[in-house]
Amino acid sequence: MTVVAMQVNGKQVSADVEPRTLLVHYLRENLQLTGTHVGCDTSQCGACVVHVDGKAVKSCTVLAMQAAGALVRTIEGLADGDKLHPVQEAFKEHHGLQCGFCTPGMIMTAVDMLRRIPKPDETTIRHELEGNFCRCTGYHNIVKAIKAASEVL
Amino acid sequence: MYQFEYHRPKTLDEVTALLARLESPKILAGGMTLLATMKQRLAAPSDLIDLQDVTGIAGISVDAKNVTIGAMTCHHDVASSKDVAKAIPALAYLAGRIGDPLVRHRGTIGGSIANNDPSADYPAACLGLGATIVTNSREIPADDYFRGMFETALKENEIIVKIVFPIPQGAAYQKFPNPASRYAMVGVFVAKTAAGVRVAVTGAGPGVFRMTAMETALAKNFSAAAIDGITAPVEEMLQDMHASSEYRAALTSVMAKRAVAGVSA
Repeated sequence: MTVVAMQVNGKQVSADVEPRTLLVHYLRENLQLTGTHVGCDTSQCGACVVHVDGKAVKSCTVLAMQAAGALVRTIEGLADGDKLHPVQEAFKEHHGLQCGFCTPGMIMTAVDMLRRIPKPDETTIRHELEGNFCRCTGYHNIVKAIKAASEVL
Repeated sequence: MYQFEYHRPKTLDEVTALLARLESPKILAGGMTLLATMKQRLAAPSDLIDLQDVTGIAGISVDAKNVTIGAMTCHHDVASSKDVAKAIPALAYLAGRIGDPLVRHRGTIGGSIANNDPSADYPAACLGLGATIVTNSREIPADDYFRGMFETALKENEIIVKIVFPIPQGAAYQKFPNPASRYAMVGVFVAKTAAGVRVAVTGAGPGVFRMTAMETALAKNFSAAAIDGITAPVEEMLQDMHASSEYRAALTSVMAKRAVAGVSA
């Protein structure tokens, strides 16, 4: 067991874990931040996307120890108190979710996308979402929500 | 995943010392393939040596002749580099089509070519451009480096430091991605260089390979029409649930023609 420390959503945290602990399990089981989901567990579906040092990554394929010392942001760190992040607001407004399982990952990917590409067109949004699967919505309203968010950000 | 010990050295010397001392260590670059493999218990290294803190093995530099990319440079950094896009646009294009944005934020060029997956994209760029793979002990021309499925010229405990790509007169990459994994079902990299035309194919065979018949034809007449009828040998093509050998051979011709058209354009 090793003590792994990092900053998560602005707070300094640490936990005693095995080297094989994945970042997603560190977040969910050690920090009880269960907003980040485990979907496929094979780095395909994107339900586990969080930001590590400002970049969106699949936390099911990153060791907690690789993120030691890093700045991590999860879905729980997006809203400002009761005020939702504009991307969260847009997903709500445009019905960008049905069951909600993929939503944390979708939103974290979308926030990263809009940081790099402030005004993406629809083709770009769809290309950028290639690492996130939604099995309910057909993506239509997710794309619409991200487009809408890009206009207010 | 089986248990292992984790190390995060800061210099190449520390890495080589660890490699020499440990029982069955593996080098961890971006982890996009290795960690996935370990999760399936298909690999069980005693130790992982994470290269993320090692100095001097990440970053991009471009001069009049070459684009040099450090082994730990992630795909996203290559895809979004203005310098790479200017010097070898096909290389930036290729990097931007590996996996998905999340994978591109972690996956590295060194990890990709050390693994040498038969469907990976970067081997096609290395072989197509006639790159040089620089390790901690020597320089290996791409023509000698790729040795078939998951095999390379790397010796036990040899570490890739950087890859040097000579800037071609023109180049293009075309791939038909597997729609689920986005690995190349077939990808063809075509480059017009001072030393001649090079055509490298990934995804189709058991490892990246050059299509010399196409290179000869293109040297005489650089047009898609010139390679009409030149096909990859069906008996040497991969066959799996995604595509038959015949289909991969046919795709090779189609992707090669599109790439040639892309260079001419």
